[in-house]
Amino acid sequence: MPSTASEPGWLRLVFLRAVARPLALLMTGADVMHRGRLPKSGPAILAANHNSHVDTLLLLSVFDARTVGKVRPVAAADYFLSNPVLSWFSRRLVGITPIARKVQRGEDVLAPAKAALDAGEIVLVFPEGSRGQAEALGPLKGGVARLAEAYPDAPLIPVWIQGAGRVLPKGAHLPVPLTCCVVVGEPVSREGGRPEVMARLKAALEALRDEAPPLRWREEETALEDGA
Amino acid sequence: MSLSAFPIPMDAPEPLVWGLAGVLGVLLLGTAAALLMPRLKPGADHGELRKRVASWWVMILLIAAALLAGRTAVIALFALISFLALREFLSLAPLRREDRLVLLFAFLTIPVSYALIGTRLYLIYLVAAPVWFFLLASFLMCVIGQTKGYLARAAIIQWGVLGCVYALGYGAMLMNVPEAELPVAGAAGLVFFLLVMTELNDVLQYVCGRLFGRHKVIPAVSPNKTWEGLIGGWVLTGALIWLLAPVFTPLEGVGRLAMAFGLPLAGFAGDVTLSAIKRDLGVKDASGLIPGHGGVLDRVDSLVFTAPFFFHVLAFYALDSF
Repeated sequence: MPSTASEPGWLRLVFLRAVARPLALLMTGADVMHRGRLPKSGPAILAANHNSHVDTLLLLSVFDARTVGKVRPVAAADYFLSNPVLSWFSRRLVGITPIARKVQRGEDVLAPAKAALDAGEIVLVFPEGSRGQAEALGPLKGGVARLAEAYPDAPLIPVWIQGAGRVLPKGAHLPVPLTCCVVVGEPVSREGGRPEVMARLKAALEALRDEAPPLRWREEETALEDGA
Repeated sequence: MSLSAFPIPMDAPEPLVWGLAGVLGVLLLGTAAALLMPRLKPGADHGELRKRVASWWVMILLIAAALLAGRTAVIALFALISFLALREFLSLAPLRREDRLVLLFAFLTIPVSYALIGTRLYLIYLVAAPVWFFLLASFLMCVIGQTKGYLARAAIIQWGVLGCVYALGYGAMLMNVPEAELPVAGAAGLVFFLLVMTELNDVLQYVCGRLFGRHKVIPAVSPNKTWEGLIGGWVLTGALIWLLAPVFTPLEGVGRLAMAFGLPLAGFAGDVTLSAIKRDLGVKDASGLIPGHGGVLDRVDSLVFTAPFFFHVLAFYALDSF
């Protein structure tokens, strides 16, 4: 199967507008705060918190039809390319840019993301690296700062997704319709080194979380758990 | 220009068409006011008013289209409203991850209830949510095995289903009233009358409150509600219901009086009850889904009470089939 991950493709657009977006609206309402801060063109880096598969669906739904073809979610190769069906779905319909979570010596794991930025696309990253505990911000991985450093002209935009962790938390199989809110931030300043950029990104995400509508959902210690 | 210039079905009942034309006229006046305000009072922020009017356009055109399209469209529209209201309500509630299965079950009441309306199974509809969802959801929560906060969460979920699905469903149930028992405006005329009088009551209570409001009626829940607003809206809406009831409903005598007297009170009760619930949930507006209005729950709050009231008064006084 040829790899066509960076080709927009009509099939992907049809999927995103006719299936993914109505589904996101139905399941989450797809409320957006500060929609005007979303980039209209690439290259740009969007960094969002990650609690659910719904996150990707939701973020692909908040862009308008002209821009969404250029949005590339960065997703774990070990998970999304693990079997041919999921791989075809992830590459051709969702349009992911794969990333290896286990680094091999001498390999640049960011290469596919860089290729997307070179092509003027909007790269969507989840710096937590995995979905983690619902509605909590886990530790951020530094790859996003390295990517930002390599592309100083691409704005680094923080995005907080409120509520997706209850629609479909990690380990759950049935989604429950509950409202989600996407809060878009101002581009993060790139002064200083990578640690400073990461600290500012984390602070920006936390500030956006405080701006989002209140969430009274609770994760209890008796929550259904799975090993994933 | 004659009415036939508009794309309306040829068999649309005349009172309904004139009623919709009247609502459209009021909306045009409101739009003109929203456009003129910035010129009359420059400097003040009129964005909220403009958003509010724009949202009214969307809501009214949607409802008008459904009413003209007929029974299936009206039932589908009420099902959609129930879904949006329930999603909003459950999203605000203090629930937990292990409640997800019960929440999914709560959403299942929407296709079930509206299918029962669609298939005219009135008696089963009457017991489906208040008896069978009540029992099965309670048992399901017990099976999941979390007893901490059991009653509080059960009450929240039951309230969501009874308020957002069961009570609102009575509005769609009006479409099942046979034409033979109705004046010329038909079943869609009943729904039209219910919706317009409910919204008008909200607006008139608000306007009377702004103009004459002095004495607060229920300050702990709604600090802006006054006796003057309540009574002003009650008298004006009641008079309109009394005047127009023969056009849109089969009500006569005591039934007509009961509707005129009771509907504005039911609307007020729904408004403040939902305010109390939102206060408990810690929000002023249920969401930002309808620009300038808040959420769906903020718009249908009065309807949660007026829809069952309207249906029951009608069924008790004027219908043989219910």
